[in-house]
Amino acid sequence: MRILVIEDDATVADYVVSGLAESGHTVDHAADGREGLMMATTETYDAIVADRMLPGIDGLTIVRTLRASENLTPILVLSALGEVDDRVKGLKAGADDYLAKPFAFSELLARLEALRRRGQHEAVQVTRLQVADLEMDLLSRSAIRAGQAIDLQPREFRLLEYLMRHAGQVVTRTMLLEAVWDYHFDPQTNVIDVHISRLRAKIDKGFEQPLLHTVRGAGYRLGSL
Amino acid sequence: MNALRLLKTSTFQLAAVYMGLFAVSALVMLAFVYWSTIGYMSSQTDSTIEAEIKGLADTYRRGGLQSLAGLVNERMANDPDRTMLYLFATNEYKPLGGNLPAWPEAVPTGDGWVNFTLGEDGAASTARGKVFGVRGNLRLLVAMDIAALQATESLLLKAYVWGMALALVLALLGGVLMSASVTRRIETINQTSREIMSGRLHRRMPLRGTNDEFDQLASNLNAMLEQIDLLVESVRNVADGVAHDLRTPLTRLRSKLERLAIAPGLNPNVRRELDHCIDEADGLLQTFSALLRIARIESGRHEASMVDVDLLELAGDACELYQANAEDQGVGLRCEGTPVTLRADRDLLFQALINLIDNALKYGGQGEVTLEVGSDAQGDFLSVRDRGPGLAEEDRVRVTGRFFRAAESAKVAGSGLGLSLVQAVAGMHGARLELENAHPGLRVSLRFPKTPAPV
Repeated sequence: MRILVIEDDATVADYVVSGLAESGHTVDHAADGREGLMMATTETYDAIVADRMLPGIDGLTIVRTLRASENLTPILVLSALGEVDDRVKGLKAGADDYLAKPFAFSELLARLEALRRRGQHEAVQVTRLQVADLEMDLLSRSAIRAGQAIDLQPREFRLLEYLMRHAGQVVTRTMLLEAVWDYHFDPQTNVIDVHISRLRAKIDKGFEQPLLHTVRGAGYRLGSL
Repeated sequence: MNALRLLKTSTFQLAAVYMGLFAVSALVMLAFVYWSTIGYMSSQTDSTIEAEIKGLADTYRRGGLQSLAGLVNERMANDPDRTMLYLFATNEYKPLGGNLPAWPEAVPTGDGWVNFTLGEDGAASTARGKVFGVRGNLRLLVAMDIAALQATESLLLKAYVWGMALALVLALLGGVLMSASVTRRIETINQTSREIMSGRLHRRMPLRGTNDEFDQLASNLNAMLEQIDLLVESVRNVADGVAHDLRTPLTRLRSKLERLAIAPGLNPNVRRELDHCIDEADGLLQTFSALLRIARIESGRHEASMVDVDLLELAGDACELYQANAEDQGVGLRCEGTPVTLRADRDLLFQALINLIDNALKYGGQGEVTLEVGSDAQGDFLSVRDRGPGLAEEDRVRVTGRFFRAAESAKVAGSGLGLSLVQAVAGMHGARLELENAHPGLRVSLRFPKTPAPV
């Protein structure tokens, strides 16, 4: 992935840039808003990570300017303010995702992967999802694995749907809470883990190859590998 | 204000004591005026009689009985109103002449004065006189009708009694009015204090601008509140600053550990230790986030996004989210009630509810956890009830303090910030956080005001 990082704080920029590079991405860095906006308009990126507070032009203005010029590059806004109200403002301006500082690098990486995927899929209306021998029909709201029907509760169906839409990617607990439960909050306990283990019992139990994997320190990944 | 409460106020009691003192001193003063007025008036009468007797005696000495009788007759003729009374009588009190029909039956006192009743029928009045022995077998009674004096006496007495009664009534009325006005102003201060204690820390005592002692008290209280605010604020700022400044390096530490842990060819034991370290760092980060979030909400820096929230739906979602956890613990989790819609910050309210459910599952032991939504006379409520051992009375007040953990909870993991956050969220919504023993178990309720407080 080719990613543009617009961040004025040298420490954070270094942390993000080196992390992304290590994960195999090509990274450009802009240290202020003006330079960032210029790079974003002149080059083509798969995703942009923009800090909200920047010298020159702030992050939200960059987002608005790009969207106004019909540049649909997925943008993830970073903010030190880090609360729900800022998140809402960021998304309203046209950003695709929002992450509060400080963040775990795995969270940023997982969200960027998800953004790229969303950019690719958005145009096509999908009615069927498939990961290995697991299939999901979004119209009849049913799932089968290797020909066996899997009985899912409505919430489990949404959980599996999200995981299948992001198959092969790491999905963090926060991403699941936001997407499947539609609440932005800090779970006090392993509440997501319990739901995942129930889902795992339904889709993996009795099958030789497990599909739902736990990624230590990050989240989960659905896939045959 | 009810009358009994007014009577119990110290202002009224002070007014009553003042009224008592005032009554006693007025009584003493009026008694003095009364006695001296009456004394003066009766001594006037006495000296008039004495002077008359002296004049008559002189006449008698100079001109004998004849001129005495002549003078007395002249006096009586000149005095048709009978201001002065005369009666000549024998030693046996047989009347010989004068403007009195008979010798009075009253016995003279030792000093020769006699008080007697004048007239028979309804028009009786009192007279006072002295006997003047003319010669061996004849005596003259010289007296004055003192009805006027007595009338004045009773008039004065009546005036004093009524005046006294009126003064007492006025004093009582004044006392009530004074204490009512003082009580009203003190009540204003009390009311504001209660509001401040209930969490509206930014309320201040109202000033009238008269700069009287109540205004001074109020402005001193306000200054004190400002001072306290400042101190609390600075303590909070230090705590928040620490949390804020530690969060970033801790996140970097976590990421480094994370990168180490996924490095290929790592000894499994080392990897396990690294994973533990990451978990610890996550716990710390979560605590810092919670602390900062509470600070943000409490200081009003959180821009609430108020929307219409159905509490029952919210509770249902929370229930569903925690159902699996509860089942794993062998605890039932149920949600009941009637739909209640109010303006609220959906995510924060959900967070608060999650914290309550989390607490109920952690400390509620076995048995059922019930979420209840509804509205009663006091307004809308959302409560979480467990069937556990409840909470000691002294802990119930402290439990919302930051980092508070009940003594028995030491073995359960937790940061001690859950209820602090709930409290902050409640405060933001103008709601009250209530903890009560439900016998068995603890019931924690968020009680929303009938008309939502402006945020």
